[in-house]
Amino acid sequence: MVLKIENLTVKLPKGADREFAIEDVSLNVDKGEIVCVVGESGSGKSVTAFTIMGLIPRKELTPTAGKILLEGEDLLTKDNAEMRKFRGSRIGMIFQEPMTALNPVMKVGKQIEELLTIHTKHNEQERKKIILEAMDAVKLPDPSKIFNTYPHQLSGGQRQRIMIAMALVLEPNLLIADEPTTALDVTTQAEVLALVKEIQRIKGMGVLFITHDFGVVADIADRVVVMQNGLVVEEGSRDKILHSPEHPYTQMLINSVPSLDPPDRSMENVQDTKVVQMSSVHKTYGSLGIFGRGRTVKAVQDVSLDLHGGELVGIVGESGSGKSTLARCLVRLIDPTDGGIMINGKDISTLSRSHLRPQRNEFQIVFQDPYRSLNPRRTIEQSLIEGPMNFGMGRTEAVAKAREVLEIVGISPDAMGRFPHQFSGGQRQRICIARAVVMEPKLIVADEAVSALDVSVQRQVLDLFLDIRQRFGMAMLFITHDLRVAAQVCDRVVVMQHGKVVEQGKTTDVYNNPQHPYTKELLAAAPGRDVKFNQL
Amino acid sequence: MFYVIKRILATIPVMVVVALFVFCIIRLGPGDPASVIAGDYATAEDIQEIRIKLGLADPIPVQMGKWFVQLASGDLGKSYHSNMQVTKLISQRLEPTLLLAATTIILTILVAVPLGTLAAYKAGSWVDKFVMVFSVAGFSIPVFVLGYILVYIFAMELRWLPVQGYRSPFDDSFLQFVKHITMPAVTLSVIYIALISRMTRASVVEVLNEDYVRTARAKGQSEFKILLRHALPNAAVPIVTVLGISIALMIGGVVVTESVYNIPGLGRLVLDAVLSRDYGVIQGLILFFSFIYIFINLLIDLSYTLIDPRIRY
Repeated sequence: MVLKIENLTVKLPKGADREFAIEDVSLNVDKGEIVCVVGESGSGKSVTAFTIMGLIPRKELTPTAGKILLEGEDLLTKDNAEMRKFRGSRIGMIFQEPMTALNPVMKVGKQIEELLTIHTKHNEQERKKIILEAMDAVKLPDPSKIFNTYPHQLSGGQRQRIMIAMALVLEPNLLIADEPTTALDVTTQAEVLALVKEIQRIKGMGVLFITHDFGVVADIADRVVVMQNGLVVEEGSRDKILHSPEHPYTQMLINSVPSLDPPDRSMENVQDTKVVQMSSVHKTYGSLGIFGRGRTVKAVQDVSLDLHGGELVGIVGESGSGKSTLARCLVRLIDPTDGGIMINGKDISTLSRSHLRPQRNEFQIVFQDPYRSLNPRRTIEQSLIEGPMNFGMGRTEAVAKAREVLEIVGISPDAMGRFPHQFSGGQRQRICIARAVVMEPKLIVADEAVSALDVSVQRQVLDLFLDIRQRFGMAMLFITHDLRVAAQVCDRVVVMQHGKVVEQGKTTDVYNNPQHPYTKELLAAAPGRDVKFNQL
Repeated sequence: MFYVIKRILATIPVMVVVALFVFCIIRLGPGDPASVIAGDYATAEDIQEIRIKLGLADPIPVQMGKWFVQLASGDLGKSYHSNMQVTKLISQRLEPTLLLAATTIILTILVAVPLGTLAAYKAGSWVDKFVMVFSVAGFSIPVFVLGYILVYIFAMELRWLPVQGYRSPFDDSFLQFVKHITMPAVTLSVIYIALISRMTRASVVEVLNEDYVRTARAKGQSEFKILLRHALPNAAVPIVTVLGISIALMIGGVVVTESVYNIPGLGRLVLDAVLSRDYGVIQGLILFFSFIYIFINLLIDLSYTLIDPRIRY
């Protein structure tokens, strides 16, 4: 037994929404075992991980009961100086976002070396040798060159490999991984998951793996612990949790995960009229400058795409594929460098700002982060009526319209006088959708609109999008990195890579019979392929 | 390298504009150097004669043209009063000012950065509050008031330090230099310590919330080394920026401080030149100061690339 947590309770500060961050949590990690802790935001899974490391502010989050036994020693009885000897040497930790978890102004080799200078007495040559071996073990190309690079010079996957090398260089018996692949692209995620699994097999350490993603659970877990509101609700082997969950919460979570198999679609919603016609749109950032020394980035290259009324088209791709840039060009938040964009028969690609403004009600956008896309100082009512009133609607009429749409998105119209912070993330995203819908647009662009939401909420918001589409018959462009989401809601998908469209077609065709190698690679990398999740 | 050359070339047009401004502003102000030189009992003819001698009787554009031709050959002009070269005047007075400024900057960094870092690390505690109260006090107290208070306490009551004056470390003993420079440097540095400790605190507080600080803790690193190796290097860019601005602002502080402590530096030279309407000296000095200012800014900008490898020009 590497780690044994017994009845751990951590108290929240006064004024929080509940008394305990985690309550009566017990879990074990054996040698050579990967234990996944899954749960939605606020479930207490990260608090559990950070309490083990002693990285929580004890004044705010106070452990009040229980034991954390690392190979028999109770970590809760250690003071800070003693805990420092455990951190890094006997417990390694990797974090969610490798870009911010690495010091940006220190060479990565030096950052790994820090561990050796803190915990060992090796001399400089020995240290360097150990670091290069550790880098080699995580399959970083050319370790002696990477030793002297800064984090920003590496790719996301390479940075996370550095983090892993760092966590494992002293060969701890316990590795805590806090959502280590959430910030990575799907193909990189697959590589990192495989790497963690392989190293774990070789070194035989215990891994506590925190995640919200059941696909990842399916790929990596030996055992699964499900948490909700600070409590462990269910625990069991991977197969048991994924295939025959007992607790209703676990069942609900697993049922909410969208399946990678697209359902058969009737296409009855799709009208004949073309709402959007994009012809060879280009967007280049930067300029060469007068000396020709500047750098340019071709974010979008030669993209042509049509959307019919009532059609829901998905654009999938990894970060840097240009999918968001394309969405922003389409609604003219940024100006395309070249190409034509017809919306409802009018070319808006080169309209001046003053001519564009009267057209703005025809296309609306919903952003990723509902916490930042509503003005915190305006009530929901003010946010919702602003748009229609800008286009000449009277106040009473606009308020009536706002109430009607709020009802449709599932928010009580009586809550209209409240401010955004009084709503949950999912409710806020509904309000953002309502804000777009009150404009009665012909087109709604959803830029990663469900990516920041928990899986159960995500499911509801996806249902809402489909419902809105059916009711109002507008075209929707769905930008997402999540192949599962795209599979379930899109009539058609467009796959983008390096600013170009590499494949497009009916969702069922693309998923069941991908043509382009990159599409095949993407689909193969999606975690949890072998587990059947629900179709919408 | 390309960038450095570009930046140095770019200072030329800036200097030309500064020179133009200086020339015009001085002549827009009231007062006539010729009448000051001639004295209270001079006749109108005397004054006119002096004007012609100094070239002040020429039309303004001609004066300007002559001055620019002079500048182009590296000549800052002559004093109207003593007839000395401005470059010579500056080089005579440069040492005390330079050493005062350098001592002040070193003192500021040595005090302000640790103080601000400590306040940030102990954010919200009484240490933090004490540092912030000190900082507000430092902002509010004028240089001349603080100067006289220090003189009263340390020179007149305790008699530890001399009341005024300057000793060169090159001509006199280093101990004498330190004794004479301590009070002026402390006086001048208080406001910059206040400013920079505040800036350091704000910057470090932000950095301490970053993920890589958490990573450093996860490695088992000690808090002191986390501050030293992870927090401060990442907090440095805004601190250095404000430090650069401070050095520029210091030119004003130097004038007052040198007057209070009777130090024969550039500050006194400025003051005397302004009082006697010595156009030649004022023009030369302002140009000189603006050159220093531009040079320091260039150094600050270049230092960013050393502090943060992500910054490239």
